[in-house]
Amino acid sequence: MHQKASAQARGYLWAALFLWLVWELAARRLGTPMLPTPEMAFTATLRLLQGNLGEHFWVSTYRVLLSMTLSLLFGVPFGLVMGFEPKVDRVLAPLVYITYPIPKIVFLPLILLLLGLGDQSKVFLITLIVFFQILVTTRDAVRKIPLETISSFLSLGAKRIQVYRYVLLPASLPDVFTALRLSMGTSVAVLFFAESFATTKGLGYFIMDAWSRSAPDEMFAGILAMGVLGVALFILTDVMDHVFIRWQHVQR
Amino acid sequence: MIQVSHCSVAYGEPGERVMVYENFNLSVSRGESLVMIGPSGCGKTTLLYIMAGLLKPTEGEVQIDGKTILGPRKETGFILQEYGLFPWLTVEENVSLGLRVRHLPRPANRSKVNAILGEMGLLSVRRHYPSQLSGGQRQRVALARALTLDPDLLLMDEPLSALDALTRERLQLLLLEIWQRGDLTSVLVTHSIEEAVFLGQRILVLGANPAIVLAEVENPEAGSAGYRQTRLFYERCTQVRSLLEGGQT
Repeated sequence: MHQKASAQARGYLWAALFLWLVWELAARRLGTPMLPTPEMAFTATLRLLQGNLGEHFWVSTYRVLLSMTLSLLFGVPFGLVMGFEPKVDRVLAPLVYITYPIPKIVFLPLILLLLGLGDQSKVFLITLIVFFQILVTTRDAVRKIPLETISSFLSLGAKRIQVYRYVLLPASLPDVFTALRLSMGTSVAVLFFAESFATTKGLGYFIMDAWSRSAPDEMFAGILAMGVLGVALFILTDVMDHVFIRWQHVQR
Repeated sequence: MIQVSHCSVAYGEPGERVMVYENFNLSVSRGESLVMIGPSGCGKTTLLYIMAGLLKPTEGEVQIDGKTILGPRKETGFILQEYGLFPWLTVEENVSLGLRVRHLPRPANRSKVNAILGEMGLLSVRRHYPSQLSGGQRQRVALARALTLDPDLLLMDEPLSALDALTRERLQLLLLEIWQRGDLTSVLVTHSIEEAVFLGQRILVLGANPAIVLAEVENPEAGSAGYRQTRLFYERCTQVRSLLEGGQT
């Protein structure tokens, strides 16, 4: 386990060095003030951390984490039921298919009007988008479960309701985690968009603000912070993955 | 003990229905070891599902100990070829699953599970997951799980067909040992003629579309010591083989 962790840390280190190199070369080659060198961006990051960059970072982190949690809390149960109860699926699937492809971002003005400019509107928007991704993945994961698995469980004298807790949920968790990883990118992207409107907190605001003030080094400090947020979310998911689906990580 | 009366099972939409069974009758007495053998798709599995209470026949009924089967019965153990174990549970958790879903008191469960794990030679792998086990070990786990529920009836759907020859023979002996211990009725579905003759006191040779009993072979010597090495064993195997072949022409 320790060895694995240190190997992983080395991986991140190499990736960071590689990106640094690409960035450095690109910055020198282009020579435009819009793309500062990594050094300038890091200096700005350190300076801004004395200021309020940390606060913007935590606001964004809080919004994403809360949204992901809510999406899971709603998406997984609905997905399980739709996957297991064809009757429910027949009613709800068309609803999902009609509403899912509509970019929820277009509702931002309405959401801002109803929920205000604070955290609520951002969290609602991200949840609304990620919820669907979790729901559809969970439902399809349940459908993949062999009927034999469920039959053999029922033959033990289990009640139908126990199938959810003992079979459907554990069987679909690996897919739920895949959905979680994919929707991580979505949620950060939506977060950025939601935070660049009518707000004064969060990394999205921070980046747009730096841009409008023509402070590219500060803008890249914000981008770096967003990168760190993304990586942190991935690491968190990996850790949870190891805790909740241990059986997929054992040596065969 | 088991009484299958006038059972019909049809699949598919009205108009293009496929009859798997039509007016099928079968009775199995207590303590008997019955083996069903027949070509793929002859509905052996379907019959087991009906006996297990997991599938309702389109017509007719199944009674066990005089009671009509409407759902899974507490004292019936059901063992499948695959998918029966949960990959997300350890050996120990898999084995105690039946006790857990029935909300039986925990300490009693623990000692029972331990005893059965020991008996099945699974104590050393109790914390392993199914993916870490060999095929033979996996089927022993499935068997152990069924045994925790003190079944009086074991229904088995080709439980050994994925195993190599030697492991298979070892598990056949284990099945025999469990069955001989006492009041256990067993119904086994298999593709293997040797297995049928080795384990079945009565062998039902089935034909397909809709399923019919082509022949019944009485095989009371099943389970006696060294039966596999006797001349009679080979003669029975030959007999079953020719009955199967006869059904396919």
